[in-house]
Amino acid sequence: MSAPTIERLGDQALLLRWGDSADIAVNRRVHALAGRLRAAAAPWLVDCVPAYASLAVFFDSATLPGEDPMAVVAECVSAILAGEERRSGATPSRLVEIAVCYGGDHGPDLDDVASACRLSAAQVVERHSRPEYLVAMLGFSPGFPYLLGLDAELAVPRLATPRVCVPAGSVGIGGAQTGVYPNAGPGGWRLIGRTPQCLFDARRAPPAQVMPGDRVRFVPIDAAQFQALHERET
Amino acid sequence: MTLEVLAGGLQTTVQDLGRFGYRHLGVGVAGALDGYSARVGNLLAGNPENFAMLEIALHGPRLRFHRAARIAITGAELDAQADGIAVAGWRQVDLPAGCELVLGPCRRGARAYLAIAGGIQVTPVLGSASTDLRAAFGGVSGRCLVAGDLLPLADTSPVGAADQTFVCWKPAAIPNPATLPTLPTPAPWWLNPEPDLDFKHHTPIRLLPGRDAVVPATALCSDAYRVSAHSNRQGLRLQGPPLTLVDRRERLSEPVAPGTVQLPPDGQPIVLLGEAQTIGGYPRIGHVIAADLPRLAQLRPGDTLHFEMIDAPTAHALACAQRQRLTRMALAIEQRRRES
Repeated sequence: MSAPTIERLGDQALLLRWGDSADIAVNRRVHALAGRLRAAAAPWLVDCVPAYASLAVFFDSATLPGEDPMAVVAECVSAILAGEERRSGATPSRLVEIAVCYGGDHGPDLDDVASACRLSAAQVVERHSRPEYLVAMLGFSPGFPYLLGLDAELAVPRLATPRVCVPAGSVGIGGAQTGVYPNAGPGGWRLIGRTPQCLFDARRAPPAQVMPGDRVRFVPIDAAQFQALHERET
Repeated sequence: MTLEVLAGGLQTTVQDLGRFGYRHLGVGVAGALDGYSARVGNLLAGNPENFAMLEIALHGPRLRFHRAARIAITGAELDAQADGIAVAGWRQVDLPAGCELVLGPCRRGARAYLAIAGGIQVTPVLGSASTDLRAAFGGVSGRCLVAGDLLPLADTSPVGAADQTFVCWKPAAIPNPATLPTLPTPAPWWLNPEPDLDFKHHTPIRLLPGRDAVVPATALCSDAYRVSAHSNRQGLRLQGPPLTLVDRRERLSEPVAPGTVQLPPDGQPIVLLGEAQTIGGYPRIGHVIAADLPRLAQLRPGDTLHFEMIDAPTAHALACAQRQRLTRMALAIEQRRRES
């Protein structure tokens, strides 16, 4: 696998990029480097933001010497990358189970997704809850996980007009991606189910239940189980 | 000890310098969009740079101080009256207990800052008092101020809160109510925010190149852009001659930052501000330098701006120069206080 390119993301950050495709092996490298950068705890590190095939490193330029602080940061990142090349094996990651009540009121688009994919609703549920997903990144809104590993047969286009309010916990498919809306808000993905679990709460530590680099599995539950779990969460 | 909101204004929020360290969880920075004015406001009020204050967009609130307070108004020029007495910006002002502060429309610039000695005491969320309007947390329940809100003010000096700043925070900076005048009293000296703010828009907004090129390469910097009314704390939507990308393929979503200039398919750039999302999929054609984010935040709907592409060492020199001006201001304020 080739080394990432390094470019400027303004004058307070740099961006490393490993090509232009959302690939599980590449994304694992992004999270591995993010973890090693955090562990190095450089005094200039402000934020370290992983995405599908890129990693932004935000630095405090006031604490860095020289005419171009990014050069110092790039050098440090390159040294960590060189060390990474010599290591082998994937870093272990957590497996988080997310209970999902598919279809009905909780997944209003399940039947549309099934007919678009020429599958039954039960087959969509089976194919959606079978794989182990990788949390490629959190974004869009606080705690929103973008998951890699969706069955290619389940890819469906987004809604032509986004919903004004998607209920918190809704599980959706948008193109070849799947994810969970942690909080109520607007959204254009097709909703196939909903989890009673609270994925993001700013008052909690850590605020996000699912972290970048984690593995996720969806566990189907019925409406009664949803209700019981929902009451326990709130 | 509270600050009572009699009228909320157009979009008044509690902000500090932002929420850092959580962008990997999709939590953006938020914070004062014009961090320069926010810093100077806190210095004038006798606070560390990062204390919570009010950010006021386009039209200000009406407030009642239930105790005497030292304040400073910075950022946009706005009409301000304390018990009917006009109060100018960029200086410390001592207000008596019970004073009603009426903040009117912004005359020049888009965002004014009201700093109060001791800061506004809201419960920090993820390490910051800043209101994130899109995520709906921080500040006062993650929303703008409305009539009836009561904001707690510090009634004792939080000694030891001054770490991380280059200004030593003297607890005595909170004026002693016994020695306060009964009328609003502005200091006889003030600060000049130029060149860090410039409401005449003479200086172009400077940027570093982004990953994506437009044709012709100089297009972004050759025409003037107008700020659209659909702008908000997340970003400024610009209107001008549509720009065309060299490479129009779909992009994989990548991290973005305040200052990132995105180009959606309609060819009209969006410049992200402090409440930017953490990740974006639009092509990025430039990044406004940190030293120019304050001037960007002061642009109003209908204002025009020009861009100028610069190189990284110049951007760094401009950031250093701005920090040095802030340091000199802090020293000058200290000296004035000692003399008075």
